[in-house]
Amino acid sequence: MRTSDIALLIDEPACANNANKAKGGCMRPKPGATAGGCPFDGAQITLFPIADVAHIVHGPIACTGDSWDNRGTRTSGPAFHRLGMTTDLSEQDIVMGRNEKKLFHAIRQAIDTYSPAAVFVYATCVTAMIGEDLPALCKDAAARWGVPVIPVDAAGFYGSKKLGDRIAGQTMFDHVIGTREPDPVPESVQRPGITVHDVAMIAEYNIRGEFWHVAPLFDELGLRIVGSLSGDARFREVQTMHRAKASMVVCSNALLNVARQLKETWGVPYFEGSFYGVTDTSNALREFARLLGDADLIARTEALIAREEARASAQLAPWRERLAGKRALLYTGGVKSWSIISALRDLGMEVVATGVRKSTEDDKERIRDLLGEDAHMIEDGNPAGLLKVYNEKGADVLIAGGRNLYTAMKARIPFLDVNQEREYAYAGYAGMLEMARQLALTIESPVWPAVRKPAPWAGRIAGEALGAAR
Amino acid sequence: MAEIIRTPKPLTVSPLKASPAIGAALAFLGMRNSLPMLHGAQGCTAFGKVFFVRHFREPIPLQTTAMDQIATVMSADENVIEGLKTICEKNKPEVIGLPTTGLSETQGTDIHRLVREFRAKYPEYAATVVIPVNTPDFAGCFESGFALALDAIVDTLVPESRHVGRRRRQVNVLASSMLTPGDIEAVKEWIEAFGLRPLVVPDIGDSLDGHLIDKQHSPLTLGGAPLAEIAAMGESIATLVIGRSISAAADRLEARTGVPTFRFDHLIGLDASDRFSQTLAEISGVAVPAKIERHRAQLQDAMVDTHFMTGFLRVALGLEPDLLKGLADLLVSMGATVVTAVTPARAGVLESVPCETVRVGDLDDLEKSAAANGAQLLVSNSHGVEVANRLGISLLRAGFPLYDQVGGYARGWSGYRLARQALFDVANLFLGQHHDIPAYRSIYRNYPDSSTGARPPQACAGVVRH
Repeated sequence: MRTSDIALLIDEPACANNANKAKGGCMRPKPGATAGGCPFDGAQITLFPIADVAHIVHGPIACTGDSWDNRGTRTSGPAFHRLGMTTDLSEQDIVMGRNEKKLFHAIRQAIDTYSPAAVFVYATCVTAMIGEDLPALCKDAAARWGVPVIPVDAAGFYGSKKLGDRIAGQTMFDHVIGTREPDPVPESVQRPGITVHDVAMIAEYNIRGEFWHVAPLFDELGLRIVGSLSGDARFREVQTMHRAKASMVVCSNALLNVARQLKETWGVPYFEGSFYGVTDTSNALREFARLLGDADLIARTEALIAREEARASAQLAPWRERLAGKRALLYTGGVKSWSIISALRDLGMEVVATGVRKSTEDDKERIRDLLGEDAHMIEDGNPAGLLKVYNEKGADVLIAGGRNLYTAMKARIPFLDVNQEREYAYAGYAGMLEMARQLALTIESPVWPAVRKPAPWAGRIAGEALGAAR
Repeated sequence: MAEIIRTPKPLTVSPLKASPAIGAALAFLGMRNSLPMLHGAQGCTAFGKVFFVRHFREPIPLQTTAMDQIATVMSADENVIEGLKTICEKNKPEVIGLPTTGLSETQGTDIHRLVREFRAKYPEYAATVVIPVNTPDFAGCFESGFALALDAIVDTLVPESRHVGRRRRQVNVLASSMLTPGDIEAVKEWIEAFGLRPLVVPDIGDSLDGHLIDKQHSPLTLGGAPLAEIAAMGESIATLVIGRSISAAADRLEARTGVPTFRFDHLIGLDASDRFSQTLAEISGVAVPAKIERHRAQLQDAMVDTHFMTGFLRVALGLEPDLLKGLADLLVSMGATVVTAVTPARAGVLESVPCETVRVGDLDDLEKSAAANGAQLLVSNSHGVEVANRLGISLLRAGFPLYDQVGGYARGWSGYRLARQALFDVANLFLGQHHDIPAYRSIYRNYPDSSTGARPPQACAGVVRH
């Protein structure tokens, strides 16, 4: 990918970080002191959940061998994304220039074996560096085998994981979205008095199936998700996202480029929201109704919200009692920093500090709105620093990504995992209950005092007990 | 014995192979106060870190030279030098392992020269040992990367010497990547039982066994083989090498120090364990202790108890070469048949695996072959779960990565006791899928019966059912 194209992607007008030029826009990572994934990682997180596509990673083994099938995304149907397909380039392939030929036949093998709806080919560091013409090769393969073959050029050395998200989104916008019209709504699912509206989800990945906590509410309201990037998505659905009448960007600024271009090119209005917490879930549903401008839908949405909130409130009451006043240290990076704050406040918890390493100015503004002007924001979340803040603020639980899970365990402190690798589904009203349960489970666990207390013999002289007995 | 075959196919599906670079990183994670840094893009490290965090359920110290577009096109030399400086300055490790990756190798990095340049530029960090190793991910696998790193460790740290036996009770143990922290603990106790002092290199049994420390946090490894001890390997009375993959490191150590070397492909099963005990008795001049005799007798008892379940058992193995050899030997010694053996890369030990063919391939090859050969038990890493489910057979988890259950890193296979547990587990997995003969009802017994269908499963003596 050309440097100018990368610069264009980083320069996303809809992203509030853009205003933050003082930060240097995109800083070079510091060798020896860098954490975080690469663009290829971002691209696979963004696109692999499209479950009926054969995702071929074109490169030597590391990119797939070290990482395949390690995400919590869930599908209700095909699951090609869990197969770990790669051209596994050898030294001979690279030195002898057999890489392109191998890819061509790999695409054929994938099509013959799995009959995927499409093939996505991911460039990696080595193939990008040796200057393969991936778009041309994919075009040839598509013509030859009669299946869409889409190049995803997000090699690891291009920059950050977020850049990869963005490249992936742009690739979908350029090659997939708008290539098919949605099917008509079947008569059999029409209900009297309910107009079906088409909507799209962006940056929702159905981690642990959490979107299935919310999806029934969409059905109830008559909101048809024509396409999603990319939780439980299918290729044919992504193709039709341009026909959505409104779209929601879920907890991410990485894919704002897709939302913005859908709006500019196809007139699809969008909003940014979250399904974490009762308040945010209700707001998201409200926002859809507002953007769609259907008075009846607005009324039905309010009724549904009232019903769901009442139920959630009753179910959460006992948990609120246990969790009220507990102090959380939040380090999630990015948008989740504000979306989780809202969820924790629904539980009566206090957020003593939050990480903002990946947050935009916009995100920070929202955090200030939620926590007040003197909100403690942590820029650099290295483990030692996090633990220092945790101790200083007298926190009761660390809420962060899986990367920090075992840091917390080693430090003997309660922990809630809220990132991609998490074990539980937290979205929506039902997810809130699960989150409350998991928070109480870790905060109240009897293991903490047990692992913090010294051994009975610590500091005692051997033979003391015998001496006392004498 | 076994024929090594490879079906050329362009697309690898469900790889069994992980990268040599993170294999090398694991070897460095078995050193004390260590912080490895991969020379590549930041993703190489991020993936490796998640890989190990999920397997060991531990924080994993692992850094990156963070090659970006400018470094990739212009030069990444500065990334290495500045990365080393930053780590020395910030984290003060005693040792930095420096494996290369596919990216830096394709660029053509001269990693050894870069370390020399770092030395010249920053003499103030001379106390920190830096161990570079070439581990491009387009050649070899996790196990071979680990072996290359171990060879580099010996090369960098062990001086030329002729002081064999100066430390009269010390024996070196060179441990391949097949040994889990649980294995290493068992091997240490075994050696100590003979009054000897084991020096295990690398020692992930000390760094990645999962133990809480007094400090809340450390950016470095939480244990492992100490540098000073490694430097004194030449003073040991013997070197025990476990795993064929690390032969080059063993050769180098022997040539450097003249310490007598005893090589074992693995320590799994009665024969292999007996050879090890016998060697320890000879080295130490101590008779095999009663405790070990007892463990041996227990294993023999388990062998006769479980042979009903392991006999004729058709097993499919998807493992890296050393572990493939070890578990194949164990199962075959119990009357089982290895009907499918798949491994990620070629290795010298493969020809001696007791089966007809060993296929260099992926889990897709494993699944097809296991299905075609009617395998009854699958032995592979956690990725094998889906394969086992589709085949409708049980999975015995072994190798890397193990992420879908807790404590995989703590279980081992080496020695009498761990082999006994392995036999129990194999037998129980078989019992778990034991199929009763469908009830037959004679045409002449045509009166109504209160219940029809299969009988409830029968409890078997000594088997705990959940």
